[in-house]
Amino acid sequence: MTQKLIIIGAGMASGRALEHLFEQAPDAFDVTLFNAEPRGTYNRIMLSPVLSGDKTFEEILTHTAEWYEDNNVTCRFGEKVVAIDRNAKTITADNGDVLAYDKLIIATGSTPFIIPLPGHDLDGVIAYRDLEDTNAMIALGERPDARAVVIGGGLLGLEAAAGLKARGVDVTVVHIMGHLMERQLDEAAGYLLRKALVDKGITVKCSANSKEIPGENGRVKALLLDDGTELPCDLLVMAVGIRPSIALAAEAGLATGRGIHVDDHMVTSDDSILSLGECVEHEGNIFGLVAPLYDQAKVIAKTLLDQEATFVNKDVSTMLKVTGCDLFSAGDFADGEGREDIVYRDPARGIYKRLVIQENRIIGVVMYGDTADGNWFFGLLKSGEDISNMRDTLIFGPAFQGGAPSDPMAAVAALPADAEICGCNGICKGQIVDAIQGGATTLDDVRAQTKASGSCGTCTGLVEQVLSVTLGDDFVLPASKSVCGCTEFTHEDVRRLIKSRELKSQPAVWQELGWNTPNGCHVCRPAINYYLLADWPLEYADDPQSRFVNERKHANIQKDGTYSVVPRMWGGMTNPTELRAIADAAEKFNVPTIHVTGGQRIDLLGVKGEDLPEIWSDLNKAGMVSGHAYSKGLRTVKTCVGSDHCRFGTQDSTGLGIQLEKILWGSWAPHKLKLGVSGCPRNCAEATCKDIGVVCVDSGYQIGIGGAAGMDVKETELLCQVATEAEVIEVITAVTQAYREGGKYLDRIYKWLAKVGMDWVQENVVDDLENRKALAARFELSQSIYRKDPWAEHARERADTYQPIANLTLEAAE
Amino acid sequence: MNWIDIGKLDDIPLRGARVVKTPLGCVAVFRPTETEVFATSDRCPHKGGPLSEGIVHDRKVTCPLHNWVFCLETGAAQGADEGQIETFATQIIDGRILLDSRTLQTEAAA
Ligand code: SRM
Ligand SMILES: Cc1cc2nc3c(=O)[nH]c(=O)nc-3n(C[C@H](O)[C@H](O)[C@H](O)COP(=O)(O)OP(=O)(O)OC[C@H]3O[C@@H](n4cnc5c(N)ncnc54)[C@H](O)[C@@H]3O)c2cc1C
Ligand code: SF4
Ligand code: FES
Repeated sequence: MTQKLIIIGAGMASGRALEHLFEQAPDAFDVTLFNAEPRGTYNRIMLSPVLSGDKTFEEILTHTAEWYEDNNVTCRFGEKVVAIDRNAKTITADNGDVLAYDKLIIATGSTPFIIPLPGHDLDGVIAYRDLEDTNAMIALGERPDARAVVIGGGLLGLEAAAGLKARGVDVTVVHIMGHLMERQLDEAAGYLLRKALVDKGITVKCSANSKEIPGENGRVKALLLDDGTELPCDLLVMAVGIRPSIALAAEAGLATGRGIHVDDHMVTSDDSILSLGECVEHEGNIFGLVAPLYDQAKVIAKTLLDQEATFVNKDVSTMLKVTGCDLFSAGDFADGEGREDIVYRDPARGIYKRLVIQENRIIGVVMYGDTADGNWFFGLLKSGEDISNMRDTLIFGPAFQGGAPSDPMAAVAALPADAEICGCNGICKGQIVDAIQGGATTLDDVRAQTKASGSCGTCTGLVEQVLSVTLGDDFVLPASKSVCGCTEFTHEDVRRLIKSRELKSQPAVWQELGWNTPNGCHVCRPAINYYLLADWPLEYADDPQSRFVNERKHANIQKDGTYSVVPRMWGGMTNPTELRAIADAAEKFNVPTIHVTGGQRIDLLGVKGEDLPEIWSDLNKAGMVSGHAYSKGLRTVKTCVGSDHCRFGTQDSTGLGIQLEKILWGSWAPHKLKLGVSGCPRNCAEATCKDIGVVCVDSGYQIGIGGAAGMDVKETELLCQVATEAEVIEVITAVTQAYREGGKYLDRIYKWLAKVGMDWVQENVVDDLENRKALAARFELSQSIYRKDPWAEHARERADTYQPIANLTLEAAE
Repeated sequence: MNWIDIGKLDDIPLRGARVVKTPLGCVAVFRPTETEVFATSDRCPHKGGPLSEGIVHDRKVTCPLHNWVFCLETGAAQGADEGQIETFATQIIDGRILLDSRTLQTEAAA
């Protein structure tokens, strides 16, 4: 006698299971198939091509009305099952019908997760799961000037965004994590993906937290982020994850966890009830991709026919179905010990490949741009083959033909003839090549004939590379030092490329310049972070994690792990209120040592890390801010008492020093920056051994740069003499900006000066008034972001990060 | 295993670290990528530098005092330096970080 089989859910998993069942035993069961959606099985995966217009819904239907009829399936589409009675072995449909079963399959799939933000139940807030959602998006594309926001930068969210864009909708993707598809991709691949989407015209916002969905007449009108940004939209798509649909099973008393518990044969805790698809949990795993569901379908068909079969969960790989975004990701780069990476980057072609190796086996693969070898790597991953004997060439794939790793020379060779090499003199690559072909064989020849690299000198390395590319072996490149082991490029190369290629994030630098580590090291990270913030003050956000502890915590770490706190005393001046606040703070926080520094201020040494936000907040209350005694940036402006008190004083050196400090403070620089202003040539403020020093004279102000009194002792060189304080300020901000824009990280001004030459500085900062103003304006623009007290900000917004994340000593005591 | 919930994954900045105080000393919990954490002893075997304050790169950390570099997975000092820090088991479930307090007791005590 044929048994009664009822199936709840006509999705991809149960559809495949029925095919296997009918192939083997067409008449074994009398099948009734319920589906909440008003249709049978279709290829849900292909909703994305339907959305983008590449396919029609008819093309993705996998089971037609005839197929169900031929196989005698009773279809109850558009009908939900609302209850299961395990004792009576019946189910109840939503119209009240009660049907008996011998075997029951639960294949309810999963339900999209909707973040319960205020406004989530407005019209126009949808998920991306079925044909209805897809049609709502398609309909939006028919309206002129339609706007949509997609929450979620994972697979589904990005496919939704790309599809909407293809339909002419203006789309913004809002993603809570720092990079897209963070479960499948690392930052470098995430960066390339983002770039490709941005090129398509999609706006991408990462590290963005949604707060509220404002509506109008019951319909969504925008998404509000917690930083206050409002993104107006006509449709809001939430694609933030799925939850297995287990309610029906749980109510019937079946064993469930995150999903419906099944054994290796897809049987639930009740022998008569089986389950498969995204609704199940097998050995702690739940599922979100179809490959393992198809394996489950094979197993469940055999189990129904009393044949032996076991489900084994295999690794899965992910691809994104967005044209022009070729990515591949498989395996595990989330847990495990003793792993190594093999990284390959081809910046020119936007390619990134990374293999994660453990015990000579591939355990993870991430690829972007060229994914042709993805399945070969995936094969090695699944088979667990030992790769030690092909390790050196593994990353180049099965067809390895001696691929060349990226190098700076190739980048220069690829430059077109009209690419500008020397910015100061406006010399293009073609002109240099012409000179070389006309007989120039050395750097000096090129300089003499074209002026290239004859001015500020920062393009010297590039001119040498053009010489080398053009002359081949006849030109021996002077050995230049790369930033660190992560790259072949020098500091000068990196600075130049950040500007010319408009690289505005660290992942952009790592990828476009072919870093051979996933995210740099303690040597290059602080340098790159500085270059980026100096060149793109508005676009790039300073990264505390790329800073040495002192700059991250805004205090100097001591050998015992405590910190020193140095409040600013503008121009070395103080008053009773400040001194009292310092004394109070010293007492309150048990400061063991108070020292008067060489920079005319007071250092509180030995403060506990956990007390920093509080001591700062106390000092803030007395009007004091950070002295940046830790920063590669403005430190102190030392002054003498000047014309206010001193019988020799010619100008108000104290007042000028205070003005300068108030303009320059908070700014970051390649290295520390110390100033001094002396009221007369007796020079009590030691201005002539500072990075920038001003000596007041009767007729005005002598500005010198390039002094030092640390490991090297140097006297400043005269930059210029000017007549007014306003000119002093303009020249000093301009020269500071020129140093900030051109200096190599960790070169103080005197080292930078030795490279560019005093002539160049005078020409650009003193003589060329227009350029001076432009430099000063760029400094001011940057200061609109950085002239802020970090202590106040940290005490206000990040105080908790100074405390332990957890304190288990307390728990033990309880 | 005895998993103790020590906080949200998002409480640790990407490529940053936070400290857990335990009866046996501080444990540093690092987050080298968006989705993974590693826990090690917070004390540098060189001169006691607080490793949680170091720069995190790849799955490594550089000590803030004198730049020794440690592998977060194995705890071994890298390059020419010789030294070893303890490592402790962790897992992430639903965005929460769990630390195995059993390994914490035995290994830290050993
Ligand atoms: C606190 C102070 C000593 C004091 O108590 O007087 C000091 C303390 C340190 N100095 Fe200094 N320097 C201090 C004035 C100086 C001076 C004198 C001055 O500024 O007038 C110099 C020589 C002038 C100069 O810079 O040319 C000076 C030349 C150095 C150098 C050598 C720099 C060089 O380029 O050669 C270093 C090392 C470095 O920066 O790499 C250094 C580094 C350091 C560090 C940051 C060492 C470190 O990395 O931990 C010390 C931090 C101690 C702490 O925790 O607070 N310190 N240091 C002075 C703070 C001044 C301030 O108020 O901000
Ligand atoms: C847009 C999109 C793109 C995707 N792309 C990919 C991809 O590229 N690669 C990949 O591997 N996977 C992809 N997936 C995931 C894949 O589609 C799912 O893994 C797969 O569809 C799950 O199959 P299932 O049968 O478990 O569930 P479903 O296909 O969701 O089927 C479950 C069915 O059960 C019905 N149901 C639920 N409760 C009841 C009830 N009480 N009574 C009656 N019926 C009920 C539902 O209406 C639904 O039709 C994508 C998913 C989407 C939405
Ligand atoms: S002179 Fe040396 S020991 Fe003294 S504070 Fe400066 S760096 Fe430290
Ligand atoms: S204390 Fe860590 S390197 Fe010296």
